[in-house]
Amino acid sequence: MGIFEAILLTVITAATPLVLAAVGELVTERSGVLNLGVEGMMIMGAACAFIATQVTGSPYVGILAGIASGALFSLLFGFLTLTLVANQVATGLALTILGLGVSGMIGEAYVGQSGIKLPQIVFPVLSDIPFLGPLLFKQDLIFYLSIAVVVGVNWFLFRSRAGLKLRSVGDSHASAHALGINVIRMRYLAVMFGGACAGLAGAQLSLVYTPQWVENMSAGRGWIALALVVFASWRPWRVVAGGYLFGAVSISQLHAQAFGIGIPSQFLSALPYLATIAVLILISHNRRTTLINTPASLGKPFVPDR
Amino acid sequence: MKKILFALATTAAVLGFSASASAQEKAKVCFVYVGSKTDGGWTQAHDIGRLELEKALGDKIETQFLENVPEGPDAERAIERLARSGCGLIFTTSFGFMDATVKIAAKFPDVKFEHATGYKTAPNLATYNSRFYEGRYIQGQIAAKISQKGVAGYIASFPIPEVVMGINSFVTGARTINPDFKIKVVWANTWFDPGKEADAAKALIDQGVDVLTQHTDTTAPMQVAAERGIKAFGQASDMIKAGPQTQLTAIVDTWGAYYIKRTQAFLDGKWETTSSWDGLKDGILTMAPYTNMPDDVKALAEATEAKIRSGELKPFTGPLKKQDGSEWLKAGETADDGTLLGMNFYVEGVDDKLPQ
Repeated sequence: MGIFEAILLTVITAATPLVLAAVGELVTERSGVLNLGVEGMMIMGAACAFIATQVTGSPYVGILAGIASGALFSLLFGFLTLTLVANQVATGLALTILGLGVSGMIGEAYVGQSGIKLPQIVFPVLSDIPFLGPLLFKQDLIFYLSIAVVVGVNWFLFRSRAGLKLRSVGDSHASAHALGINVIRMRYLAVMFGGACAGLAGAQLSLVYTPQWVENMSAGRGWIALALVVFASWRPWRVVAGGYLFGAVSISQLHAQAFGIGIPSQFLSALPYLATIAVLILISHNRRTTLINTPASLGKPFVPDR
Repeated sequence: MKKILFALATTAAVLGFSASASAQEKAKVCFVYVGSKTDGGWTQAHDIGRLELEKALGDKIETQFLENVPEGPDAERAIERLARSGCGLIFTTSFGFMDATVKIAAKFPDVKFEHATGYKTAPNLATYNSRFYEGRYIQGQIAAKISQKGVAGYIASFPIPEVVMGINSFVTGARTINPDFKIKVVWANTWFDPGKEADAAKALIDQGVDVLTQHTDTTAPMQVAAERGIKAFGQASDMIKAGPQTQLTAIVDTWGAYYIKRTQAFLDGKWETTSSWDGLKDGILTMAPYTNMPDDVKALAEATEAKIRSGELKPFTGPLKKQDGSEWLKAGETADDGTLLGMNFYVEGVDDKLPQ
């Protein structure tokens, strides 16, 4: 295996959780809800996926547990902000704090246990393609799911009727309501989808990236995912580009260091953030299309009048 | 965003404290942790020390701790909360808490503070540290014996003297066995991020190192080493569970005795400002069992450890050159503590440029 291939494999592992969590949050935000609790949902997913895997011995049960815990946890956010109309920013932050705390508590007994790594699924023939084969067809289930989710979300948002409704809810909930769309139900579903994706991203952390459980192991990846959504101006493929670019620069800078090039490591560590922001701003620089893509009702509470 | 989070978290913590403060009259000894108390590394080692302290003096004191406190200005608030909530003696257990501790110590002259691995003291602020570099010297020798390629990977956290000293000691130890031994250094610029530490480990292994050591807090690098089938050293806690076939040894921090000694002095009213810097011989650090290595390497490691304990061997003894080839220590000369605690240069054999 060449060094370039090795780097790309590491990049894929590093970028997958970012892409998953960001695409989930993208759907949530497209429905007009700003959920800052991505980090909390992700860490809950990581904890529950790990615990379920240890208990049942099957990482696939772990994946389900990760998805379910993320979705359930986001339901709490949904109830507070959509039904009780609490402030979304404050509730999202609280969700993150709660998630970090609760996951630490339920996971305490599992710290230090060596986990079970999610096995690779090898596609025969395809995985024999030189270079691309091992990268794309010799991966774990969560990687394939991440691609499927992105393709699915892109199709759903821009090619399906339900996606159009979801976007209309995010752009003007009053108009959507007037048209007879159930705004609150739509937003509940979008919030739960975001939670499920964040939970799956968490499962990737504790089953693939580093198959173990330690408190706080998401280490800020939820926040990076949140930023990706904004800088990608709410477009799924830009989120993918941003996530992989971030991963690529993060990993390359580690290799640059190990190689011994004389650039200060503090600068190299900041580089993924700088490069990702710069590139995403460049590709999203058209103000008009950015405005069109920004959900106009983002973060605004909706109370249907009766 | 993190700041807001932290403000909320500390507020919650304060509410928790005020509720419990009236319930007891025992002296309160408090700890500020940079990571989670179950991180399997640095913070866990401090927490084990805290538990030993409770066990020894539990009838006279009670302990409290704050976990996951970020370094930098945010730490001030956390330390101040503890000082206000009635802690008599506060241990701040990370280098990055230094300036925050100094500031709060000046504000609360009646509270005693102890800062780990720093160098700033005050009438009510002591420092304590451990000569981790003694363990790293032994690791270096083992690495040079084990490595086929003569190159070790080193995952470092931040370019502070403590970490630089460790790198230099490792290389110095290795070069007593193999004078051409080299190390590759990757700075993770974090103490705690399993994913990033794992990425750093993968990068180093992909570039051909066949033995790995770390100065970060989680077991993720050990796990990667195990997966890729190379050997590695644990850090701060015994990490053998993360790599039963992988860990050669680990530097295990054993703070308990120090915490008991200092708390006893505090209770007796005999606490005074000290700058404690103990090593292997004082039991403030120990080496995890030497495993996964041939018997002759194990014997060598044990012999070196015994020599360091007896004081016969000091890791930084000349002749030693700096990275640029200029002379640092003449033959037989040993480095003084001041130089070590302010160490900002590499010795020969480090394949990296020191971030300044």
